[in-house]
Amino acid sequence: MGEVISVSMLVVVLGFAVIRPRGLPEAVAAVPAALLVLLTGALGWDKAWGEIEHLFPVVAFLAAVLVISELCDADGLFRYAGALMAAKSRGDAQRLLVFVFILAAVVTAVLSLDATVVLLTPVVFATASRMGVRPKPHAYACTHLANAGSLLLPVSNLTNLLAMSAAGLTFVSFAGLMALPWLAVLVVEYLAFRQFFAADLSIPATDPEPPEVPPLPRFSAIVLALTLVGFVVASLFHIEAAWVALAGALVLLVRALKLKQVTAKDIPGFINLGFLGFVLSLGIVVTAVVEGGLGAAIGQIVPSGQTLVALFLWAGLAALLANLVNNLPAVLVLLPFAAQSGSGAVLAVLIGVNVGPNLTYVGSLATLLWRRIVQAHDHETPIQEFTLLGLLATPIAIVVGVLALWISLTIGGVA
Amino acid sequence: MKIVIWVREGTWPACVDAARDLVGSGPAEVTLVCVREEASGPPDPGFGSLIGRGRRRKATEELDQLSRDAAETMLRRAQERLGFDATMRLESGFPERLVTAAADGADYLVLGRDGDRRRLGPNSIGKHTRFVIDHAPCRVLLIWPDRVPDLGSIPPPPPDR
Repeated sequence: MGEVISVSMLVVVLGFAVIRPRGLPEAVAAVPAALLVLLTGALGWDKAWGEIEHLFPVVAFLAAVLVISELCDADGLFRYAGALMAAKSRGDAQRLLVFVFILAAVVTAVLSLDATVVLLTPVVFATASRMGVRPKPHAYACTHLANAGSLLLPVSNLTNLLAMSAAGLTFVSFAGLMALPWLAVLVVEYLAFRQFFAADLSIPATDPEPPEVPPLPRFSAIVLALTLVGFVVASLFHIEAAWVALAGALVLLVRALKLKQVTAKDIPGFINLGFLGFVLSLGIVVTAVVEGGLGAAIGQIVPSGQTLVALFLWAGLAALLANLVNNLPAVLVLLPFAAQSGSGAVLAVLIGVNVGPNLTYVGSLATLLWRRIVQAHDHETPIQEFTLLGLLATPIAIVVGVLALWISLTIGGVA
Repeated sequence: MKIVIWVREGTWPACVDAARDLVGSGPAEVTLVCVREEASGPPDPGFGSLIGRGRRRKATEELDQLSRDAAETMLRRAQERLGFDATMRLESGFPERLVTAAADGADYLVLGRDGDRRRLGPNSIGKHTRFVIDHAPCRVLLIWPDRVPDLGSIPPPPPDR
């Protein structure tokens, strides 16, 4: 009975998150669903509390990083990067693509994929338009790299944060093992973009004159760099990275409020409390599902060990699941099993759930089906082109990424 | 003389110049057409990643506005470069169909060669441009966007010929 309740609640939570009726936040369905799971006894309060204790530092870390990225934007760091890219590319669309790749990969790695989607993409679009080149390849690159570029650091993607502790990895060891896969995936994506957008990239720029580059917003750049160093140092002393992120966010916030770059009213919008509540509730519902009978069933079908073949299986399963039910539930379901196989398996799962969503434009097959049902008469967007790019680049990126991970594990002596 | 110019990034200055030459000093009715391909910028990164979905609407709206501004600026500058009055049309939807429809009743449609011009062959014309060339209901003027290649760009004939 408990299993029926928790599985149906998971379906409700995911269905709601995918469709988002009237644009309501995901938490509107997720929080009551988690409460229902608890009240019906499908999951014990002690287990739920354990899950919250485990997830809360992760969620707090993410919230702090979201604030840091918004405040860097308010201080002009993204505008500066856009102008610098335009100046360095000297009217060459291909050169601009190289800079966009570097910037999007770094922003995703350091400030999470959310910053790339919300803050960097508009800057890149504006930069390309101002140069008079076709902005499509560059804007699409941000979109793709928000997923594919989120392998390097725990902070790059919520999935990584969830996995880091499960894998028993520190900030530094995570980055050390994922550096090579991160680079490998970026190279595959870059080659795919050059091939796919060859025509758009060969058009000469209308306005090749470089724009005036504003001065580097030193304060936010320095605080950002110190925060990153802080992550490394904190990891050596076994301090939660969330504290470092919180400190960085507070320093930036005090200055931004003082300079009136932001107002106190803006802050809740940066943190996105609804989404954080959604993550906690989803964690509870998924734990209930896994703790029930379904967990044992999943345990039967997942691979074990971390040989190269097992790593491929883990990544493939994760990518498939990410496309079926979205990446967060996929990672929450797979993590306990992957962790038993070792940190290599966990990292392979991350390659699957992080790069996998690029496979189809809509990312989740379930989403596609839902949308077909819900918005059957809606205007069709020209998704074919983007889907084709995803189908071209993503499977190769995952295979090459897993191969690079295997090499990293072998060199690092983990495998 | 009725002339329709397809205004796109990179190719519009050459197209406007060509149209100006074509008009000469005679009377002309020129329409500048620009089509925004997607109504709302690039798509979301795979919906498979849930993080930050709520905030994405803000970015999507910002992108939509940026794309509209960029298109309007391009049309205004094309008009300035043309040097005389012209009708400006900003549309959004399927570019190849909208441009073909806009050329109905015109004497000339002026458009740029917008493909990969490193190797001059079928791919040197973009796929939307190809559609318009195939279906245009009028004469088509196809313009090199930058320099005009010389005969040296033609590869030697295959040895068996």
